[in-house]
Amino acid sequence: MKFSALFRPKTMAVIGVSLTNDQHPANVIYNKNDLRYQTEVFAVNERGGVLQGKTIYRHISDIPQKVDLAVIATRAQLVPTILHDCIQAGVDGAVIISGGFAESGRKDLQDTMVSLAKEAGFPFIGPNCLGIYAPPYVDTLFIPSERIVRPDKGRIAMVSQSGGLLADQMVKFAAEGVGMSLAVSIGNKALIREVDLLGYFAKDPETEVIAFYVEGFGRDEGREFVSAAAQCPKPVIVLKSGKTPEGSRAVSSHSASMAGDYDVFSAVLAQHGIVEANSEFELISFCEALGCYHNPIQGKIGIITGSGGHGALAADACFSHDLSVPTLSEQDQNQIRAQVSPRVQRIASFSNPIDLTGSAVDDDFMGAAQVLSRNGEVDCVLILLLPYVPGITSDLGARLSRVYRQEGKPLIAYVPHVERYRMFIEGFELNRIPVAHSIEGAVHMAEAMRRRQPC
Amino acid sequence: MLKKEMERILSASEDIGWVLEPDAKRVFSMAGLDVPRFTWATTGEEAIRFAKEIGYPVVCKVVSPQVMHKSDRNGVAVNIDGDGKLTEIFIRFSQIEGFAGVLVEPMLSGVELIVGAKVDYQFGPVILLGIGGTGVEIYRDIALRMAPLAEKDIGSMIKGLRGHKILEGYRGSAPVNLRELARLLENFSGLVMDLEQMIESIDLNPVICSSTRCIVADARIILETHKPWEIEGSNG
Repeated sequence: MKFSALFRPKTMAVIGVSLTNDQHPANVIYNKNDLRYQTEVFAVNERGGVLQGKTIYRHISDIPQKVDLAVIATRAQLVPTILHDCIQAGVDGAVIISGGFAESGRKDLQDTMVSLAKEAGFPFIGPNCLGIYAPPYVDTLFIPSERIVRPDKGRIAMVSQSGGLLADQMVKFAAEGVGMSLAVSIGNKALIREVDLLGYFAKDPETEVIAFYVEGFGRDEGREFVSAAAQCPKPVIVLKSGKTPEGSRAVSSHSASMAGDYDVFSAVLAQHGIVEANSEFELISFCEALGCYHNPIQGKIGIITGSGGHGALAADACFSHDLSVPTLSEQDQNQIRAQVSPRVQRIASFSNPIDLTGSAVDDDFMGAAQVLSRNGEVDCVLILLLPYVPGITSDLGARLSRVYRQEGKPLIAYVPHVERYRMFIEGFELNRIPVAHSIEGAVHMAEAMRRRQPC
Repeated sequence: MLKKEMERILSASEDIGWVLEPDAKRVFSMAGLDVPRFTWATTGEEAIRFAKEIGYPVVCKVVSPQVMHKSDRNGVAVNIDGDGKLTEIFIRFSQIEGFAGVLVEPMLSGVELIVGAKVDYQFGPVILLGIGGTGVEIYRDIALRMAPLAEKDIGSMIKGLRGHKILEGYRGSAPVNLRELARLLENFSGLVMDLEQMIESIDLNPVICSSTRCIVADARIILETHKPWEIEGSNG
């Protein structure tokens, strides 16, 4: 099955547009694609007519051009026939927005669609989903354009069982400045499941990190998914819901009782180096960090700060996330001391966290970052960059990025996210150094890299 | 061939839904797991003859298709030090419902672990390793991995236990033979993969580990009697 027609269609039909209600999901999808995306779009309704001055085709086969993608938003009972018509008309794939299938007792309809599609090698997403967000080509999310917040084009692909959560996550990606390559709401995932999209995104040159929101897998589907994810060269992140134990189901063995559904889920993900995010906040931080660094670390963190309090909080956060903050040897400490200005030498602390104090200047940060980046005791450097330190310049972010470029050891920065400090942040981000807006967030980023290590 | 024989033993237990301890131990023994020398005695004389052969003290456990949780029915006696005591226990156990004899085996000492398996709906067979004994569900110090286990999985499971220091020799006690433990986990993982279609879960609890051996002291195999997904209408 080829998915390219789903994500890069040149032409698209929207089946089920309303002649009377312009808020109908099909109309919303038609309008936004007509006005804002590259795909050429055609409206279909069996009654025909005119929409926004353009012909409404009565049947998919009436459209005078080859149609790459069909979006189906009609009543459930009609969908199997429409799907059949699309296949006959030579359409390459479909997104089925309509609900009213397995989720409400009509698995029979869904099964009919799956067997039709399988026989024809015809890919479809859904049913009961929001579909595909693939800028700048196509967007089938039936959220009015003025309501949706679109993240920039970027490297994260996200697949979600929940459409609502996906739309909300896109808002958060946008707010954090994390770009997305593609987003897919898979709904009932009748035909195309997480593992199928994983296979596609693993080869998609525009995607570097693949994130999933998963409610649950079918029988043995989890096994198939983790085995594929373990082979995938790109980081795979999973946010799972439904973690609470499933009531008082009678279990007769200790093993069955202790290996609850979520316990197994979480352990098996970790075993395969799939990064589990425990909350939507972690999900964003993890995507940001793994978008920059693909390789796992053991989690030995070196911390550089201009404030003792920040250093101590960061060290505490590291411990609570199973990261270590190794104390540096006397020799290593002296090496850093030798790199900083005489005024700072007398008052700074070099044991890790390295507190350069409020008297530090750019070169002190540079010197400390350079030595830590060459030190085998740490495999990731956290820089808590407080823009209030009077001696530093707004070019420090960019300058520190050079240390990463030269030494290759992952660098994570914390900079308070307000407009005034934009220069610091840009300096890092232009060089693909992830920047967190809280200490905890910076630690989450390091944790993401540690969880990439299969255990 | 062995797999066929194991499947035959399991099939014979389908009616009760789980496998009697002596049968379970036969299966584990075939799979290369270390089990204690034991006999399934149906008379007091048989029990005594075997106890003398292996030497006192011994352990005696009731065998009954109606008793899955033997301790809950007072069906386990340990530290039995002579013929008189063993006869007394035999008589008491013979009153337990469904009595089908007793299992006699030597007393073992060492660190108690639990090794288990479950066929998970989403991920298929998974293996569990934990600090065992009676408090197993209270401490819940366990590591879980999807089977089959790779060598690195076995190492990380052992290291992943909060109480792994107990295995390395704690306050003067001898360390557990980790090579034997690894071998047990590897063989058990193979067994679980072979019998995946027939089982729901397995407990080896306790597995008693010393500096020389890791022995399956008690075991329970719960058979897959009905597969919920086969009667389920939808997985949407």
